[in-house]
Amino acid sequence: MEMPVPDQGVLERKASIVARLEQLLPGEAVISDPNETRAYECDALTAYRCQPLAVVLPGTTEEVAACLKICHEEGVPVVPRGAGTSLAGGSLPTADSIIIGVSRMNAVLETDYDNRFIRVETGRTNLSVTGAVEQNEFFYAPDPSSQLACAIAGNIAMNSGGAHCLKYGVTTNNLMGVRMVTMEGEIVDIGGAHLDAGIYDLLGVICGSEGQLGIVTEATLRILRKPEGARPVLLGFDRSEVAGACVADIIKAGVLPVAIEFMDRPCIRATEDFAHAGYPDVEALLIVEVEGSEAEIVEQLDKIKTIARKHDPAELRESASAEESAAIWKGRKAAFGAMGQINDYMCLDGTIPVSQLPLVLRRMEELSKEYGLDVANVFHAGDGNLHPLILFDANKPGDLETCEAMGAEILKLCVEVGGCLTGEHGVGVEKRDLMLTQYNEGDLEAQVRVKDVFDAKWLLNPAKVFPLITTRTRREAA
Amino acid sequence: MKPKSEQELADAVKASAAKGTRLQIRGGGSRVGLGHGVTGELLDTTGLKGVSLYEPGALTIVAAAGTPLETIEKTLAKEGQRLPFEPMDHRALYGTNGKSTIGGVVAANISGPRRIQAGACRDSLIGVRFVDGDGTIIKNGGRVMKNVTGYDLVKLMAGSHGTLGVLTEVAFKVLPMPEAGATVVVEGLDNEKAGAAMSTALTAPYDVNGAAHLPASADQSARTCIRVEGFDGSVKYRSGQLKELLGSFGDVSIEAEQARCAKLWQQIRDAEAVAAGEGDIWRVSVKPSDGAKLAVLLGDKAQLQFDWGGGLVWVCVPEGTDVRASMNGIDGHATLIRSSEPTAKQLGVFQPEPAPLAKISAGLRSRFDPHGILNPGRMG
Repeated sequence: MEMPVPDQGVLERKASIVARLEQLLPGEAVISDPNETRAYECDALTAYRCQPLAVVLPGTTEEVAACLKICHEEGVPVVPRGAGTSLAGGSLPTADSIIIGVSRMNAVLETDYDNRFIRVETGRTNLSVTGAVEQNEFFYAPDPSSQLACAIAGNIAMNSGGAHCLKYGVTTNNLMGVRMVTMEGEIVDIGGAHLDAGIYDLLGVICGSEGQLGIVTEATLRILRKPEGARPVLLGFDRSEVAGACVADIIKAGVLPVAIEFMDRPCIRATEDFAHAGYPDVEALLIVEVEGSEAEIVEQLDKIKTIARKHDPAELRESASAEESAAIWKGRKAAFGAMGQINDYMCLDGTIPVSQLPLVLRRMEELSKEYGLDVANVFHAGDGNLHPLILFDANKPGDLETCEAMGAEILKLCVEVGGCLTGEHGVGVEKRDLMLTQYNEGDLEAQVRVKDVFDAKWLLNPAKVFPLITTRTRREAA
Repeated sequence: MKPKSEQELADAVKASAAKGTRLQIRGGGSRVGLGHGVTGELLDTTGLKGVSLYEPGALTIVAAAGTPLETIEKTLAKEGQRLPFEPMDHRALYGTNGKSTIGGVVAANISGPRRIQAGACRDSLIGVRFVDGDGTIIKNGGRVMKNVTGYDLVKLMAGSHGTLGVLTEVAFKVLPMPEAGATVVVEGLDNEKAGAAMSTALTAPYDVNGAAHLPASADQSARTCIRVEGFDGSVKYRSGQLKELLGSFGDVSIEAEQARCAKLWQQIRDAEAVAAGEGDIWRVSVKPSDGAKLAVLLGDKAQLQFDWGGGLVWVCVPEGTDVRASMNGIDGHATLIRSSEPTAKQLGVFQPEPAPLAKISAGLRSRFDPHGILNPGRMG
């Protein structure tokens, strides 16, 4: 992975920069000992590591602003960090960078059920947002798989999704406002408890900008009343194409399940060995979940079962109790852990038009043979967001490189059939160099202009999102 | 000029940029009057039309920006689908009679009552193609509903009123048309009680997708309207539950007749309660519980309609009234939708931004339209 050459001047001034930060923040909030900064050398994309110059963990928005002001004056790159769970290397440091982490800022600032929002500091984890309101039967809808650990800050940076976004949308559809600190150290409020923007939709641009436009310290999030109940049905098919056709038919019939999850045979088998969920040994398995009152659940499931039967399923298992529902979800939820148990894997995140599913699955099988690495598929079928897991052996020389090359081919395939490189994980450093397969230089130039406006010196979250070559002149001029 | 293709449009903008010719961008002209007046050569986008892709099984439609909204809605209806965000028709309000284009809907981020549950236009928009002020064709997003590849310029373009680029193509996530719908109506509530009733409905587990309040008029008592849609059995169940839940607020009835329901929500969507009024019309977005507070601050001279559970207040006031001056301690934004040009100049159509945000907005404008030729001055 090519990274920009660290600024020698900044590296030499480490002591004075750290001293300025230490004057500002309580002692334990500035970490500069290389033994301690090691914990921050990577995120969940562990193949790439680099120790930062220092790490600061401010406790307030004002402290974040003061740190950014210093970094701006000193010309020090800044890498914002939430919980460090990015699979795309979204918070990979550079050697000359200061990490500003929001993990100490995790308070709930305001909860307003009547107006259906919660305002939190962004170091708070995704699941604990729901945790703060579930005693009143409310929830926060976006539910990335890492929701136990990942922070709202990172969810906003990557515009994270989850299994239930077919019905409830992704982060950007549930984010109402932010308090953000600009690279110059200015605190701005955008949006709030009201809807939509007065002038330009800056909130919409900030969400998904991978920490390159500012550091978001507070967020106003939409909360929803929990449905009365939910129940899944499990469908097994002998062919993936048939499972794909079944998904399209369910959607066309006007049923909008909250989740449609897909697993293929390699994934089912690995999961069974690990979690013993009792899944049938079929080519493709769907878990379709619907919500509502008892009568509504029955009404929707009847429609789904009728459609599924037309596709001659090898298995049709409707949950009859909370225990059975849990059993149906057990394997799906354990899938990533199960794969990790048997192998190293790389998790991809491309999205495709759902109509292209059969073609893409077939091409992936061919690529798997060509590269000699197995692929297991587990993904959100309703919205076409694939998560192929390429299995490799990190201890075998060259295997990671083969895996990355194959991953790139799969993502190019996603773009070719009308999809995109990343549906919910973000570009980070991981997919940076593939951006030109999806966008031409003019398209990227338009995005880079936005960065120019927010961060004229190009200091925020360096080397992410854009191929280095497309931004070199700007970075050098800044 | 009326280009027939994206390339023709890009060439036209490029030529205008070279000469410094200002352009007034127009789709169907049904919203002429929204935003500050613009002078310049007319750039008519209605030559770019047609649905280029529609996959009902993928809930996706892609169309040229000049395609009439009506064409999109008919195309979707044939497959039992619709745009989720219920775009408002501005013709009654402005007294215009053009055909709204889908690009115009996006440029102004037009949504309706369903915004509270299904999101705004910008939430269903998944891809755009546009021509910037240099004449460069730019694409962002695409045709899949989950896409975080690069910055989200799709959202930036929605609601930018043509000042950052001329839209040439738009892609949407669509939804199935419901089998049934019903409206629970509570009669005779004042604004504050109506706000409480709407909040009660929206915080219940019944997936309400419309919550509006029409205050009493000369010939009709006040009505608070709560809408549910979906499968027949489910609608019966939820409207029944809501009727019971709202019983303590006043006289409750259920309107389940489809044509009457549709008419009622079309009137709410198009703000007919204020559109017919004499005077200036404002559209104010606030925290829902602030809706009734705003009403008190505005006093008796204001005619009102509440949507979005109280969070969207349509206001008709005597000419020249500054509604923003009444928003003491109320957060949100007020847009002057209809007024005389001098009033628009004096008060500003859009909510003024705090200095740091105004600087960002100006920076974006100068980079996407460096020659200042795209609807210059439209947003103030």
